[in-house]
Amino acid sequence: MRISHSHLRRPSKSAWLLIGTGLLCVLLLLVLPLILIVVSAFSSGWKLFVRNLLDADMLAAIRLTLWVALLTVPVNLVFGTLTAWCVTRFEFFGKKLLLALVDTPYAISPVVAGLCYLLLYGNQGWLGSWLDAHGIQVMFAWPGIVLVTIFVTSPYVARELIPLMQVQGSQEEEAAVLLGAGGWTLFRRITLPNIQWALIYGTVLTTARAVGEFGSVAVVSGSIRGQTNTLALQVQLLQQDYNAVGAFTASLLLACIALLTLFLKVLLEYRQRKALKV
Amino acid sequence: MNGSHSVLPGFRLSLGLGVLYLSLIVLLPATTLVLQASQIRWSELVFYFTDPRLLAAIRVTFLAAICASLSNAVLGLLLAWIISRYEFPGRRFVDTLIDLPFALPTAVAGLTLSALFAKNGWIGQWLAPLGFEVSYGFVGIVLAMTFTSLPFVVRTLQPVIEDLAPEYEEAAECLGATRWQIFYRIILPPLMPALSIGSALALVRSLGEFGAVIFIAGNKPFETEVVSLMIFTYIGEYAYEAASAVAFFLLLTSLLILLIVQLLQRRYRARGAA
Repeated sequence: MRISHSHLRRPSKSAWLLIGTGLLCVLLLLVLPLILIVVSAFSSGWKLFVRNLLDADMLAAIRLTLWVALLTVPVNLVFGTLTAWCVTRFEFFGKKLLLALVDTPYAISPVVAGLCYLLLYGNQGWLGSWLDAHGIQVMFAWPGIVLVTIFVTSPYVARELIPLMQVQGSQEEEAAVLLGAGGWTLFRRITLPNIQWALIYGTVLTTARAVGEFGSVAVVSGSIRGQTNTLALQVQLLQQDYNAVGAFTASLLLACIALLTLFLKVLLEYRQRKALKV
Repeated sequence: MNGSHSVLPGFRLSLGLGVLYLSLIVLLPATTLVLQASQIRWSELVFYFTDPRLLAAIRVTFLAAICASLSNAVLGLLLAWIISRYEFPGRRFVDTLIDLPFALPTAVAGLTLSALFAKNGWIGQWLAPLGFEVSYGFVGIVLAMTFTSLPFVVRTLQPVIEDLAPEYEEAAECLGATRWQIFYRIILPPLMPALSIGSALALVRSLGEFGAVIFIAGNKPFETEVVSLMIFTYIGEYAYEAASAVAFFLLLTSLLILLIVQLLQRRYRARGAA
């Protein structure tokens, strides 16, 4: 039962106490860290910031991180959409199992995820020994990083799409099919416009996580400087080198991506709401 | 209805590719871990799980994760309540910023929190004279876990609070209920399902948290090591068997908690329908 309207009210005097406490927590836990990152990255001036940024290892880390994201996102975009289509448009045996499988990466600690892939593709692993014999190195090289990143980000697109596609139902699509639309036309003309904003948001989430993934990548990358070091691993390496400014410079890049993600989220949710109303 | 009876196209294609993709990406690696763990002999297992260093890590991890989930339950309830109930300047900003812990890479979160709460840090310098050391200690672990799992409770509670009719609270107030009674008797009961689900999700996330924790924990054996770090250390020592055993244990615990959540959800729903 949903009784009313908007419950947003003007706070009473005692409510201001709650709001104040909440705002203080947000300030201490969420706002101050962001300010600290900016201040620390620039604490030794612009010149050092730029030098840290243009450092060869840093540039290599940025390149690798972008490369990993570039390979990860399309894979999860395509297969996430296919999975969402499958579970929201059809009834079939084992659907619950498939959904559980979609959610599994959420329940697995990043380090455990890395270990799973290490056991499978590492030197002593089942696939690993075969790959090794054919001269293909997956672990401690970029393919391994891409694989674990695909694993940890695999739920995002599907999880964004499934609730939305369930709410929207399939009448429009069924009508289109009865009017003679083919599969691709149906998807491009009917489904895609309905889900586009959620799809973009799922992509944004995937990208953000792919760029910042740490635990699982730390297990499979081997952290070779300038070669298999992603930006998130670079943060740790620089901190271990007692180069705090450098670590915060890398952090600032990652924090900017995080803030961009939040901004896009607000924008895309607004668009999606408008699209649903129309 | 079977999928092939629907008028919509693409059932076989999407099911086939979806199953193939999930099998390769999720099922196969997870199965590898389970098989690897199942090959370990009992005597070895006993040997691993009686190591006092591992036992200490398990204790620290569970204690910290439980503390983090409880503080998340309180803080999350507060934040979800003010965001979905009151109109105040900066409400939208706070609402957006709640997702920051999910968007910010865990390594960045760990690095920043440890600097912020270190003895000479912006916040730490005020806590240090009070004898309160956060970074490189147990409290730091709790803080990092609380940070990374903050959005779970807030986001599961928000829709429920929005659906909560203020009329009941007003009625209770007219009938002379005290503020505490209103909270405890009127507001809390309908929020309990979402609150427990959000806290359980936060618990699962905290148990496995690695990136944020290792930056702030100090990682002293027997004192501030967490389970995920132990697994990482085993991997570094090529002790894959020990790593698999502990990883399997962590995986089972997480799945068990999620299963309990599912059962709780079903019970709440059944009661709600009755």
